[in-house]
Amino acid sequence: MSNVVIETHGLTKRYDEVIAVDNLDMTIREGEVFGMLGPNGSGKTTTILMMLGLTEPTAGQVRVLGLDPARQPLSVKARVGYIPDQVGFYDDLTAVENLMYTARLNGIPRKEALSRIEIALQRMGLGEVMSRPVKTYSRGMRQRLAVADVLIKQPQMIIMDEPTQGLDPEGAHEFLNIIRHLKEEGITVMLASHLLHQVQAVCDRVGLFYQGKMGLSGTVDELARQYMKGGYRIELEVLGDRQALEKALRQVHGVTDVAYLGKHRYEVRAQGDLRAEAARAAVLADGRLLSLNVEAPSLDDIYVRYFQEVEHDSSKQAA
Amino acid sequence: MTVASKQLESGRHTREGSPWTGLWAVVFKEMADLLTSTRMRILEVLILLTAIGASYAAMTQIRQTIGRDVFLFLKLFTVSQAPIPSFVEFLSILVPLIAISLTFDAINGEFNRRTMSRILSQPIYRDALLFGKFLAAFFTLALVLTVIWLLIIGLGLIGLGVAPGGETVARLLLFLVATIFYGGVWLALAMVFSITFRQPATAAMASLATWLFFLIFWNILAGLLAAIISPVRLGLPQEVLHNAQTQITLARISPTFLYGEILSALLNPAVRSVGLGLLLPFLPQGAIPGSALPLDQSLLLIWPQFTGLIAATILLFALGYVLFQRQEIRA
Ligand SMILES: Nc1ncnc2c1ncn2[C@@H]1O[C@H](COP(=O)(O)OP(=O)(O)O)[C@@H](O)[C@H]1O
Ligand SMILES: [Mg+2]
Repeated sequence: MSNVVIETHGLTKRYDEVIAVDNLDMTIREGEVFGMLGPNGSGKTTTILMMLGLTEPTAGQVRVLGLDPARQPLSVKARVGYIPDQVGFYDDLTAVENLMYTARLNGIPRKEALSRIEIALQRMGLGEVMSRPVKTYSRGMRQRLAVADVLIKQPQMIIMDEPTQGLDPEGAHEFLNIIRHLKEEGITVMLASHLLHQVQAVCDRVGLFYQGKMGLSGTVDELARQYMKGGYRIELEVLGDRQALEKALRQVHGVTDVAYLGKHRYEVRAQGDLRAEAARAAVLADGRLLSLNVEAPSLDDIYVRYFQEVEHDSSKQAA
Repeated sequence: MTVASKQLESGRHTREGSPWTGLWAVVFKEMADLLTSTRMRILEVLILLTAIGASYAAMTQIRQTIGRDVFLFLKLFTVSQAPIPSFVEFLSILVPLIAISLTFDAINGEFNRRTMSRILSQPIYRDALLFGKFLAAFFTLALVLTVIWLLIIGLGLIGLGVAPGGETVARLLLFLVATIFYGGVWLALAMVFSITFRQPATAAMASLATWLFFLIFWNILAGLLAAIISPVRLGLPQEVLHNAQTQITLARISPTFLYGEILSALLNPAVRSVGLGLLLPFLPQGAIPGSALPLDQSLLLIWPQFTGLIAATILLFALGYVLFQRQEIRA
């Protein structure tokens, strides 16, 4: 069992009338990439701010790396890197000057700081432009600078709020790769996003947030099995007897539906990724397999399905 | 949950570490920013012109009329030659302007650049950021004022050809210190507005409005209020005195008035009482004008005003501190 890095119990934040975070229990383990996913206003940012001691909880507990952020904020903030939503820099200063300020605030000696800054900027592909004022940077470069900025303190964990928002698809893809590399280094990553399809590929586990609560959590696969019966869509292109093939595919364990799409193409709906099983069945039915594709259920689908249920339940309760 | 309640008992508000962790990092960064900023360039030019213009005018005047005087150097700061006001008059207007321009965007600027949450997610407390910004502005102000001060004294040495005496130097030094602390009040005020208003322009306008209020309207208001609080009905001397005292007490709410009192006592050794004398010059001063007061006596005269300025700065800073601690840091 790997160590727990973040744990909350009954964490609650109330702003006058609004309950921003409602009795939240969540756990994040060392080394994983955890995605807090949910629509705007579901309490993700508020949760993060409480984890960093930047806002006081109304009730409940948070432990970050075993520390209480409300009482030991300095220790927490020295170990956890935070990339806020719409991160900003001092535009007139260069990247190096900006990061040097961060290093000084972290109490890192100048020489050590310079070498860490150089390494971090090179790693983020900003080596060439590190002496340019940040105002000349694009949105994507700023986002990478923000990663370099948190790397300066050599964090055990990085929390990112809406990291891919405002990036073009290529920039977002590139950024997700950066997250994978951080994970490979053993840094725990927690990210909050409302762009589910963008981040689902990079998250080991996700928690779905809705009105301050985390309704579901688990791996995307687990959630798909739980909420999307037959959520996988497998497409095969097979030459052979159509009826025999359809029958064989239907008999594969876990398949919920089979449809013929024309031009030797078949669509198989399944509870999991049954590509191998479907291919075997097709070949055993004397088919000549030409192509094979799978489409995993998207978090968007799971999300929509989940909230339909939540809203259905709450309207039933209200009635 | 027992663990939770135990921790609550042991005090949620006992924070680890020093509130000043990272203070000097903030001070150095902010000072570097301020000293290289465009607004600083503009102010420097403005001040330089003022210093040269005012001291030149004063020197011509002094050479023509006064001749030798023990406190010749003090006159350099106070003598005016129409239409150019004296350097002190210039300063009492320039200092609030410089101070306000140094801090009106201190906090809201960080929010607008979206750097606030990134900075506060470093291992420092808000205390260090706020106080660091204040100190940086204070040091910058002190630096600028000291440079002008030296410049004028230098010009005086060349222009008048005499060196100032020990007491004159002491008076001038105290004048410099008082001016810096007078600026401190406006630094703290503009800083409070930079916390309460998200738009730097609004904060600047609010600061300037407050300054103009004290510069122009408060004395008038003090007179009107005094007439209501302690009216002069029969024209008895006690009534007049009472009315004047009320007026003074009210007027002293204004940092500009306090600074004026300090200046008059420091730069004019002949001044034997402040306050009443400034407002009601016809009242008996209780001493023969013209005989100079020793420095320690002058200092005693304005000591309350001096501490008043410092207290106002501390109060305003404390207000800003409370407001900033409560502020949500997300933009
Ligand atoms: N300072 C505040 N005052 C009042 N309500 C707030 C404040 N900050 C956030 N909220 C409310 O709390 C809820 C959660 O917000 P937030 O944590 O920003 O959600 P998310 O990051 O998931 O978009 C929202 O309904 C928001 O309006
Ligand atoms: Mg958010």
